[in-house]
Amino acid sequence: MLSNLRTMWLVFVHLFKKKATVQYPEEKNTLRPRWRGRIVLTKDPDGGERCVGCYLCAAACPVDCIALQATEDKDGRRYPEFFRINFSRCIFCGYCEEACPTYAIQLIPDFEMAEYNRQNLVFEKEDLLIDSQGKYPGYNFYKVAGMDAGVKKKGEGENEEPPVDIYSLLP
Amino acid sequence: MTVMQHIWIVLGVLFVLLNIAAGLIWVERRLLALWQDRLGPNRAGPLGIFIVLADTLKLFFKEDWIPPFADKWVFITAPAIVAGSVLLSFVIIPFAPGIVVADLNVGLLFFLAMSSLGVYSIVLGGWASNNKYALLGAMRGASQMIAYEVFMGLSLMGVVMITGSFNMGDIVDAQKNVWFCFTQPLGFIIFFIAGVAETHRLPFDIPEAESELIAGFHAEYSGMKFGMFFIGEYLGITLISAMTVTLFFGGWHGPAFLPPLAWFALKTILFLGLFILLRASLPRPRYDQLIEYGWKVLLPVVLANLMITGAIALWLKST
Repeated sequence: MLSNLRTMWLVFVHLFKKKATVQYPEEKNTLRPRWRGRIVLTKDPDGGERCVGCYLCAAACPVDCIALQATEDKDGRRYPEFFRINFSRCIFCGYCEEACPTYAIQLIPDFEMAEYNRQNLVFEKEDLLIDSQGKYPGYNFYKVAGMDAGVKKKGEGENEEPPVDIYSLLP
Repeated sequence: MTVMQHIWIVLGVLFVLLNIAAGLIWVERRLLALWQDRLGPNRAGPLGIFIVLADTLKLFFKEDWIPPFADKWVFITAPAIVAGSVLLSFVIIPFAPGIVVADLNVGLLFFLAMSSLGVYSIVLGGWASNNKYALLGAMRGASQMIAYEVFMGLSLMGVVMITGSFNMGDIVDAQKNVWFCFTQPLGFIIFFIAGVAETHRLPFDIPEAESELIAGFHAEYSGMKFGMFFIGEYLGITLISAMTVTLFFGGWHGPAFLPPLAWFALKTILFLGLFILLRASLPRPRYDQLIEYGWKVLLPVVLANLMITGAIALWLKST
């Protein structure tokens, strides 16, 4: 009986405690930098697309919401012809970001993407591509890649030695 | 009192009661939320009060479905009985001097009779639903209410002994100097516990125990028929609060700076809050624990209270 009365008193005291509710549209929650929200495609410091169309994100996606088609420009640089994410299926697991070898696909702290029409949740490449380097400033895949895709000549990249002349006997 | 005045009192009491029953939806949700460190419904209208309107409209427009396996007429009557019997109990409550619907000389007995009739709605509703959960709930409800009806009646007899009358007006008048909660503390506590059990509110919501019986006796009800059970429950807690105030807390008596009606309303609102606090804080006892607690603890205590009160009353009379 006494413990019951004590319980009632303790519950009553909660009337004056700080409330846990965040009144959402007026008050916003702080989202941490690593919050997994809307998916974007980032660009490298020179303004080129980072995505090389390797399909690893589409393969990693557990709900198959990513669709893309890779293609090449005249320099041999690969990029996606189209890149489509169906956000009505996306579960924001972040596997695509983990799978991406070029830091192109990234999840950003934004969850306010409600739509009245389901079709509007299908984001095309122009919706996904942002003019920013995202979480990895200064990274350009083609600067560290071995191949020449119009960004740098063979052997001129960062930490890259000039190509070996395989027909020469000199060391 | 003229006939017109009487009709106005009846209509006024009915209007206020039904509004209180509806308003308690909001009060309960807000208070429960505050006690759980939340805010509760605060969007629709000032402080979220229009949630009442939304809830009521929802209840009105929901499909009013009668299961094909149910006993149709009994199924329809059961919710009417609960709201009706509780509303009839309010007839004898003196809200303020002169504001009482019927000043019966057997007022208290009338209240007990009406609250006993309330058990029919549970039993009939559960039985007519033709559903095993509803039947189990009805069975529990019946045994719980019959058990607690006994203590409820007996706990009030101390008050009747002191006053020497069943008339509610006389009982309030007898508390002019000292409230009966001081002379009859045990009677008050047991009446309140029995009242909680009688309205099958949490923690004594055994007949509708959600985690065990889905919704108990009203598992099959929907729409406004469920709404009637809902209203009946809220009217029930208003009734028990009003009765507690009238019988043990001096009714409309109070310092003169507020009118009697305001004192009555204030005290009743405090007890409504207490009902909701009980819901917010205490867990539901097991069915057998509840019945055991009733028969093995409360019955001896209430009988002892009765005998001691009687002895003191006789002693005071002889000296």
